[in-house]
Amino acid sequence: MAAPSRSPSSSTSSPTPPGSALETVRQAPHGRILLDALAAGVLAALLALPILGFRLIEVTGGLALDYRFRLVGLAALGVFAGRILVLEARLALAAWRPAAARPETRRTFLGAYASRQSFGWILALLALILPWLPFADRNLIDKATLLLIYVMLGWGLNVVVGLAGLLDLGYVAFYAVGAYSYALLSQNFGLSFWVCLPLAGLLAAVFGMLLGFPVLRLRGDYLAIVTLGFGEIVRVILLNWQDVTGGPNGVSGIQRPSFFGHPFTATTPTGTTFHDLFGLPFSPDHRIIFLYYLSLTLALATNLVTLRIRRLPIGRAWEALREDEIACRSLGIDPTRTKLSAFATGAMFAGFAGSFFATRQGFISPESFSFLESAIILAIVVLGGLGSQIGIVLSAILLVGLPEWFRDLQQYRMLAFGGAMVLIMLWRPRGLMASRDPTVRLAAVPTSPGTGG
Amino acid sequence: MEYFTQQLINGISLGAIYALIAIGYTMVYGIIGMINFAHGEIYMIGAFISLIGFLLLGTFGITYIPLALIIVLVLAMLFTSIYGWAIERVAYRPLRGSVKLAPLISAIGMSIVLQNYVQISQGARVKPLPPLIQGGLTLFSDNGGYPVRLSYLQILIVVVTITLMAAFTYVIARTPLGRAQRATEQDMTMARLSGVNVDRIISLTFVMGAALAAVAGLMVTLYYGVIDFYIGFIAGIKAFTAAVLGGIGSLPGAMLGGLLIGLIEAFWSGYFPIGYKDVATFSILVLVLIFRPTGLLGRPEVEKV
Repeated sequence: MAAPSRSPSSSTSSPTPPGSALETVRQAPHGRILLDALAAGVLAALLALPILGFRLIEVTGGLALDYRFRLVGLAALGVFAGRILVLEARLALAAWRPAAARPETRRTFLGAYASRQSFGWILALLALILPWLPFADRNLIDKATLLLIYVMLGWGLNVVVGLAGLLDLGYVAFYAVGAYSYALLSQNFGLSFWVCLPLAGLLAAVFGMLLGFPVLRLRGDYLAIVTLGFGEIVRVILLNWQDVTGGPNGVSGIQRPSFFGHPFTATTPTGTTFHDLFGLPFSPDHRIIFLYYLSLTLALATNLVTLRIRRLPIGRAWEALREDEIACRSLGIDPTRTKLSAFATGAMFAGFAGSFFATRQGFISPESFSFLESAIILAIVVLGGLGSQIGIVLSAILLVGLPEWFRDLQQYRMLAFGGAMVLIMLWRPRGLMASRDPTVRLAAVPTSPGTGG
Repeated sequence: MEYFTQQLINGISLGAIYALIAIGYTMVYGIIGMINFAHGEIYMIGAFISLIGFLLLGTFGITYIPLALIIVLVLAMLFTSIYGWAIERVAYRPLRGSVKLAPLISAIGMSIVLQNYVQISQGARVKPLPPLIQGGLTLFSDNGGYPVRLSYLQILIVVVTITLMAAFTYVIARTPLGRAQRATEQDMTMARLSGVNVDRIISLTFVMGAALAAVAGLMVTLYYGVIDFYIGFIAGIKAFTAAVLGGIGSLPGAMLGGLLIGLIEAFWSGYFPIGYKDVATFSILVLVLIFRPTGLLGRPEVEKV
């Protein structure tokens, strides 16, 4: 992985014509690759030596060291071999691919091959029939529901980061506000999910404005740290305000959702249950499937609203603000209103997602709303390609969906997750589907099919 | 009054540690304009290397404390610097000149990787170290009031921090390396045209930041006596807050910010419910930024169209 000198294939980025670049690549001796890999191996050994080489073990009366130099050797050997493989593969690839065709690879992923809009419809259709597919079991549907929550959060954050260009590192705060709103409103006032959902969205939006006000004058990275701080403030308050939020124990026994008043239980003291209503035999799967469709509906609603808003004046103002704040101001766009509306809209979607999360889990605690969640959501948005709706779905599948299948490797899951974040970013710095085109163009240029993405 | 003095002493020693970490953030930000999210993890690795170093020296029979301290300091700075260098090389350099958010996400990914790497290789349990430097001075004890403790360790922390910062300011202000760093910070292209090896300067910046973080890691290991794989995240956020409070990109700003954050935390913990101390820290950050959007010592951004 690590190497002190540039790899041979990177010579293509030099200003020499493609033909000669290819020559350089062809002539690049395997000896250079070996040296490069050797350096990487030595570096890996140096990195592994202090942390991997010694393990702190607890013994009576303090700590002792366990020596594991074999692991250091293995790590160095692994990096050495891996580096050779990667470089040789690149060399072979560069020689195999004709030089003239190389610009092709610069195009966006999938975008060059299929119309993105039709791809979106296919995905939506697939999502719609998922529970009825032969391989769909309880577990899969449950995981798909979780995935949809992240897709929804990604779409919501996309409004703030992707469209309005405001870096938000504390998005999880609004998710938490939504979740706690539902949990506390339903427990203390007995309100149902359908009443709480808009209330939770509204409350989260208010919090979005609350955060928005002090940070209006800040730019870029100052904004990032304040939003991060805001996220931490909300988490710390949830953790410490024991009387209301239950502190670290969270809120449990949150009311599960019902089918418009018909609960998904075997029996109910009042009214009719869901399976009686439709004359079905009782099955615990009903609730899972219902939750899945509920999350799908909420996610698609988020998508639809976002796509429509992007065409409204306010949506265009967001995109304009992202590109150039000064130009916006001189054109009479009010940056205050534009920024606040972006924060409020993004926060509202997070509030919806939060109350859905609360009703799905039945239990929430501040642990679910740590900075890591914010980072995951932001990574989904950025890896998907800022502003691209489908890109967010793909990166959510990649980042959240795939690791879910490797739950058995608990320990290594997060390691792989972080590694994937770095690798995808290195592979595609603009995201899987970069789309920075304005949603609305002047009349002379026909709207390209990809922008709605 | 005595209680106040005690909090002041605690705040200054805590602030010195934050300031050491904050310098790493502010330098990297100044030179390539990115938030190095993995910097907190670098500090955590520095703390682990220090702890392992002490145990290793113990097995070799080196128990003379000043000698052990110096050896561990050098070892920790050396190995942590390699981490800083490698991270820049692997995760950030290929993304230089790319979209602004790309290095940020890469840095967050790197931070998750490092945290879990240490958790897996060292275990999740808290690692204790018996206090190496004991004793201290007791002030105001004669009048029967609240005894104010000033431990030798706290003196050491402040002295080391001040020495390092003086050395550091000297390097930045007076040496050719510092001049090249400042040139790169102002205009990377122009610096390159004038013969500055920009890649090397950026690498060195990461190495210097990591070395300072390693010192902070060593100090924390000694000061608190317990470390775990998670300390990097919290300290990282605090130090980053300190850097922003002082004005990110400004060295004196990072020192001032670190000191302020340390004092705020110590005084809040001394007089108010301790659970809310982070709320206080961040609220003060927000308040300061409302009135000075570029931090206390940051230069106001003049935007040209």
